[in-house]
Amino acid sequence: MSAAIESATDSESPLLTVRGLTTAFPAGGGELRVVDGVDLELRRGETFALVGESGCGKSMTAFSILRLLPAGARLDGEVRLDGADLLALPEAAMRRVRGRRIAMIFQEPMTSLNPVLTVGRQIQEVLERHLGLRGRVARERILELLAEVGIPDPGKRIDEYPHQLSGGMKQRVMIAMALAGEPELLIADEPTTALDVTIQAQVLRLLQRLQRERGMALLLITHDLGVVAQMADRVAVMYAGQVVEEARREDFLRHRRHPYTRRLFQALPEARRRGQPLATIPGSVPSRFDRIPGCRFAERCDIAQPLCRERAPELLPVAGQRVRCFAVDPRFAARFPSPPALDVATEAVPGSRQQAATPLLEVSGLKVHFPIRRGLLKREVGRVYAVDGVDMAIAAGRTLALVGESGCGKTTVGKAILQLIRPTAGSVRFDDTELTTLKGEALRRRRRELQLVFQDPFSSMNPRMRVEEIVAEGLIAQKMVRDRRERRERVAELLRQVGLRPEVMDRYPHEFSGGQRQRICIARALAVSPRLIVCDEPTSALDVSVQAQILNLLAELQREMGLAYLFITHNLSVVGYLAHEVAVMYLGRVVEQGPAEAVLADPRHPYTQALVSAVPRVEEGGREVIRLEGDPPSPIAPPPGCHFAPRCPWAEARCQEAYPPVTALGEGRWVRCFLYGD
Amino acid sequence: MRHWPLLILLLWALMALVGPWLPLSPDGVHLDSILQGPSPGAWLGYDDLGRPVWDRLVFGARTSFLVALWVVALSLVVGTVIGALSAYVGGWFDLLVVRLIDIFLAVPGILLAIALAGILGPGIENVVLALSVVGWVGYARLARAQVLSLKHRDHVVAAQALGAGTPRIVSRHLLPLIAAPLIVEATFGVAGVVIAEASLSFLGLGVQPPEASWGSMIRDGTRYMLVAPHLVLAPGLAIAAVVLAVNLLGDRLRDRLDVRMRRHG
Repeated sequence: MSAAIESATDSESPLLTVRGLTTAFPAGGGELRVVDGVDLELRRGETFALVGESGCGKSMTAFSILRLLPAGARLDGEVRLDGADLLALPEAAMRRVRGRRIAMIFQEPMTSLNPVLTVGRQIQEVLERHLGLRGRVARERILELLAEVGIPDPGKRIDEYPHQLSGGMKQRVMIAMALAGEPELLIADEPTTALDVTIQAQVLRLLQRLQRERGMALLLITHDLGVVAQMADRVAVMYAGQVVEEARREDFLRHRRHPYTRRLFQALPEARRRGQPLATIPGSVPSRFDRIPGCRFAERCDIAQPLCRERAPELLPVAGQRVRCFAVDPRFAARFPSPPALDVATEAVPGSRQQAATPLLEVSGLKVHFPIRRGLLKREVGRVYAVDGVDMAIAAGRTLALVGESGCGKTTVGKAILQLIRPTAGSVRFDDTELTTLKGEALRRRRRELQLVFQDPFSSMNPRMRVEEIVAEGLIAQKMVRDRRERRERVAELLRQVGLRPEVMDRYPHEFSGGQRQRICIARALAVSPRLIVCDEPTSALDVSVQAQILNLLAELQREMGLAYLFITHNLSVVGYLAHEVAVMYLGRVVEQGPAEAVLADPRHPYTQALVSAVPRVEEGGREVIRLEGDPPSPIAPPPGCHFAPRCPWAEARCQEAYPPVTALGEGRWVRCFLYGD
Repeated sequence: MRHWPLLILLLWALMALVGPWLPLSPDGVHLDSILQGPSPGAWLGYDDLGRPVWDRLVFGARTSFLVALWVVALSLVVGTVIGALSAYVGGWFDLLVVRLIDIFLAVPGILLAIALAGILGPGIENVVLALSVVGWVGYARLARAQVLSLKHRDHVVAAQALGAGTPRIVSRHLLPLIAAPLIVEATFGVAGVVIAEASLSFLGLGVQPPEASWGSMIRDGTRYMLVAPHLVLAPGLAIAAVVLAVNLLGDRLRDRLDVRMRRHG
């Protein structure tokens, strides 16, 4: 089955050809084939996206191409770069390929750079090794490279160490390092996943530009369908070690032929799915997927037939695509139902239209400053203005999304509301009780009404406790159960409520997947019957299909119990899907607030506009992305006047003089920007 | 072969625990055998008063074992509680504890112990007390550092948000997670205490005659080192073996418990 996809630029031979690539690791007496017979073809100047959820084998495929595998791994198949088989090369020759003909950039720029070497030194290593450049020539070349990847003031940056650079800068340095060897193929493994949206937009644009200028092929590994839609020429979707669908971008976005792909798209939270449960993929990727005789997706598939469990489907060509599914095979297609339309629309998010009732939580003038102390006497020498004047209100049964990029203070707001960090100034009124002045026992008792769900489901549970104890933590602390029996009953009930079997209560956290852990954390919060839950990026660490499960659960709980949520996130699609109101934060202050639909459809503050436009989306159609230059400033020394002014395309002189006042825009919306004053 | 450190330690514990019930006479004087070398009847020979060295070695093991056990247990408990609370509570209390630790660390531990033992007077209880006063500092510093890195973890914050009190958070969420490094530290501590006790006894601040301890045996033996080297060699080698065994065991334990070591090794 070597029928490659017909394409306009078909005439030339492909740059990279991967045939039957199989990577296996020893596991439990046998082998686990994490990559199982992958075929790919990349042409020069093409962007090829490899998409999939965690554990599907997409990164392993990249590492296998570069032969950067841990000891014990077995590699089979064929990887040809311009005709030469890379898997047959001796290691020494392979080292001349890595960094020279194929370069790679990684997800985590913090750990991919050596912290004790200057930026220049690290790039020079590549120049020395592959091009034999040294001394002045090398330095000039490094300066050129740094300028090319858009690093301001390269002459100064070249002698700096990685910790002196922001995350976006580090990723640019990584890209400069990858470009230093003038590679024909650049492999980018989730290059923007660790970055903020506006920084992601910068880096994606940079990659696009560099690729066009250099005619480089780009193998982009990502889980983000929005990034695929924006960047890719062709796409392959991986599931359980295999490619299940391959197509040109346009076909991929329009047809979504494989049931898995279809489900992935349906699981995306988007504003237009408001009020409907998201489609989810039941279950999880089977652990020994390479032993399944039939289709690996069959047990989670909504259209699976008996045939799918007996025989493994091949990758079949269908109208310019390739799809691994019997449903597209003309011989078997008749046995399958036509793909069900997403019919799950039930009831709307409760009260999405109704006017907010009396607020349950009212925050005004909230400030959290962290003193910076130095010296023997610990004198205060400065302050981090983490939160610098935030007002908000949430009514029972409603969701307020707090949006902003990392470091803007949104997490601190959440903790300050819960009095886990004591505010420096301002008031937090919950159900007519002022929380900031509550102390000791009174505060402890109040705590049951406000709860917290975290981003990282791994660190949010004590690894030495069993699920029963974890969930019962609040029951014990608030003395809500009398004895062990009652406690177990209540925990069982809570676990059922979040969609887990009660039997899991005797297990330890490490035995669960990320999504299951997040459910346990939600059960722990629910145990004390709270009225408000602060959800701090509860789905950012999860895959799309699992994220959909958790979002559905949260929506369902809100409907049943009338919970109020403060939903802290950087993901605007999630906001559009589930929030009633949204507050946008920039450097310690809310710059715009209002009903979520209105704000996202018609953002007014220049920062909100940039944020909304920078989100990569799957819908087609040209959209002007407002590019923000530079990084957010430090909260230790916020710029005078409007904090956003230094990055704002519309900044005027007065923006630098005073912070803009609140301008009401009607319908509960307001913005802090001089553009709308007077 | 891999288990010999453990065997030595078991032997040490066995000597210490069942010693008093063995047919031994550590204080029995055999005037005709003074300074006699090893012989079939007394396989480590006799000391300067004609007491059998083997019998005294067994009783000395009891002293060093009990002192080590008590000192490490006391230091561990006191140090961990102070260190963990200091880090968790923070504020002026933490500042105070840190300064106290700094002061203790600035004074050489064994000198401080000698001074204390001198003030308190000789005796095994006072040795335990003196060494514990010096010993808790290390555990406190370790526990504090560990808790500082743990206290902002999400599961601790979650417990706070649920209204759990300080005792519960410290005992259920912090101590179990810092136990591993503390246990490793305690193992190494045992070796240190064995040597410290021997040193104090050597200086005459430990157990009082006629009771035996390895340190006092060496002190008594030094005077006859040239004519009867077995008086020094037997307790000296016993100390060396125990300390070596404890250290090897501690290394092994650390490799097993410490994830960071596992990653690099």
